[in-house]
Amino acid sequence: MELTTQIGESVTDGLAYLGALTKLGGRAAYCTFIAPFQGKPLRIQRAVSQAMQTGVGALPILSLITFFIGLILALQSAYELRKFGALNYVASAVAISMTRELGPLITAIVVIGRSGSAFAAEIGTMKVTEEIDALETMAIDPVHFLVTPKFIAMIVMLPCLTIWANSMGILGGALFGVAQADFTLVRYVQSSLDALFLRDITTGLIKSVMFGITITAVGCHEGLSTGAGAEQVGRSTTRAVVVSIFLVILVDLVFTALFFFMSAR
Amino acid sequence: MEQTNSAATQVEAMISLRNLRVSYGEREILHGIGFDVMRGETLVILGGSGSGKSTLLRTLVGLEKPSSGEIWLKGKNIAAISSHEMDEIRKKIGMSFQGGALFGSMTVGENVALPLREHTKLEDSTIEIILRLKLDQVGLSGFENYMPSQLSGGMKKRAAVARALAMDPEILFFDEPSAGLDPIIAAGVDELILDLKKAFHMTIIVVTHELASAFLIADRMVLIDKGNVVAIGSTEEMRSSTHPRVRQFLDRIAEPAVSEELDYLQMLTEEHRHPGR
Repeated sequence: MELTTQIGESVTDGLAYLGALTKLGGRAAYCTFIAPFQGKPLRIQRAVSQAMQTGVGALPILSLITFFIGLILALQSAYELRKFGALNYVASAVAISMTRELGPLITAIVVIGRSGSAFAAEIGTMKVTEEIDALETMAIDPVHFLVTPKFIAMIVMLPCLTIWANSMGILGGALFGVAQADFTLVRYVQSSLDALFLRDITTGLIKSVMFGITITAVGCHEGLSTGAGAEQVGRSTTRAVVVSIFLVILVDLVFTALFFFMSAR
Repeated sequence: MEQTNSAATQVEAMISLRNLRVSYGEREILHGIGFDVMRGETLVILGGSGSGKSTLLRTLVGLEKPSSGEIWLKGKNIAAISSHEMDEIRKKIGMSFQGGALFGSMTVGENVALPLREHTKLEDSTIEIILRLKLDQVGLSGFENYMPSQLSGGMKKRAAVARALAMDPEILFFDEPSAGLDPIIAAGVDELILDLKKAFHMTIIVVTHELASAFLIADRMVLIDKGNVVAIGSTEEMRSSTHPRVRQFLDRIAEPAVSEELDYLQMLTEEHRHPGR
C-alpha cells in the first residue's frame, strides 16, 4: 500500500512538473508569436546577446569535446570493424553516429552545463533579491522579459552548435582515419558525406531544437520556483542540471523511436 | 477591526480593505484585515516579525492573491480582476523593495528608465530628461551610469525610489525603507519620504518596525499582530493608546517566554505524545 501511494505520488508530481514546463513554454511561445501583434515587441536585442552567451561562448569547449568524441568513436568502431577488414567503414560509422545521435546529445549536455545552470542561477538570484517581484509590480511580465529571449536564443543556437559539433566530430574521426586507416583527409570527408542522408542531419537538428526547448524550460522553471534564501539558488541550479540531463535523454529516446518507426514505414 | 465608513470617507479612500484573508497553503497569515487608506495620507503599517505586515504589503501590490475578502484600489477590487487590468493598475503604483531589487545587469539609469521604456512610447531624449529629474528628486544626480553593485545601501534604496517614481505613481509603497541602514542614512530616507509627501501629495504606504521613523513620517498608523489589526489611528492616538498590545509594541516590552509552568509542561508532554512531529 505504501509503495503504490509513493509511486502514485511521484507520477503525479512528475506530470505536474511537465505541465509547469509546458505552461512556461506555451507562455514564451505566446510572447514570441502573438504578443508582438498586440503591441508588446519582442526583445530581439536581449535574445541576440543571450545567443552570444549560449552559442558563441560555447564554441571553444564544444569543439574540443566533440573532436575527442569523434576520435573516440573512430577508435571504438575500428576495434570491431578491424575484425572484418572493413576499416574503411570507420568514416561512415563516425559520421552517422555523430549526426544522428552524439552531435545533438553532446551539444545539449555542454549547453546544459554552461547555460541551463546559468539560467537557473540568474533567475533564481533575481527571485531571491525580489527582482522578479519588482518586475511584476512594474507590470512587466517576467516570462516576456526574461524567459522568452532565452527560448529564442536557444532554439536558434542549439541547431547551429549541433552542426558545428557534427563537423568537429567528423574531423576528430578523420584524425584516426588519416593516421591509421589509409585515408586522406579529403577522401575521409568525402566518404563521410557519402554515407550521410539529409534525413540523418535533419533528424539530429530536430532533436536539437527539442533539446533547446527542454533545457530552457527546465532552467527557467527552476529559477522561477526558487524559494527564499541564497542556498536555494544553489539547489535550483543543481536541480536544473540534473533534471535537464534526464529530460534531454528522455526526449532523445522519444524522438529516436519516432524517427525509427517513421522510417520503417 | 472594521472601521465605520461614512459616505464622505468612501469618496476619499484610495485603498479600502474589507475582511481580507491571505493564506500560504494551509496556513492563514492574515485573518480578516479591514481598513481604509485616504488619498494623500502616509499610512505606516507597524508590526513585529512574522506579524503578516509584509504579506499584507505584497497582497496590496498584487504579488499575493487573497483567499477571500476585497481590496478596493482606484475603484476596482484587485482581489478579483484579470491580470491585464491588474497591470493597468500597477502602472499607477510604485513599490520600493526592502533590498532595492535593482536589476544587477543594468545601470542605475537603465533601471529607472525601464518602466518608461516598457510602458510609454516616449522619445529617448524625453526619457533621458525624466530620468535626470527622478534621480535629482532622490538626490542621486550623476549616478545614472553606475551599476547597482557600485552603490551603497542607502543609495540603492534611493535609486529604487527613483525607479518607483518613474511612472509618476499615485500610490507609493515602501517595504522596510530603513532596514539595514545606519541611523544617519535611514534618517535621510525618512527625509526623502517626507519630501515626496510634501511635493506630490502622494498616497504613501510604509511597512516598517522602526518606531522612530514610523512616528516621524506617519499621518496614521496601523498595528498588525498575528494577522489581525490591533489598532489604527493617528500618531497621537497611537501614542496615548492604552491597548496592551500597542503599549507592548511601542514600549518595546519583550514577549514573556512561557507564561505558565503548566503550559510548559503541557508543551513538553504534547511533544512526547506525538514523537517525530
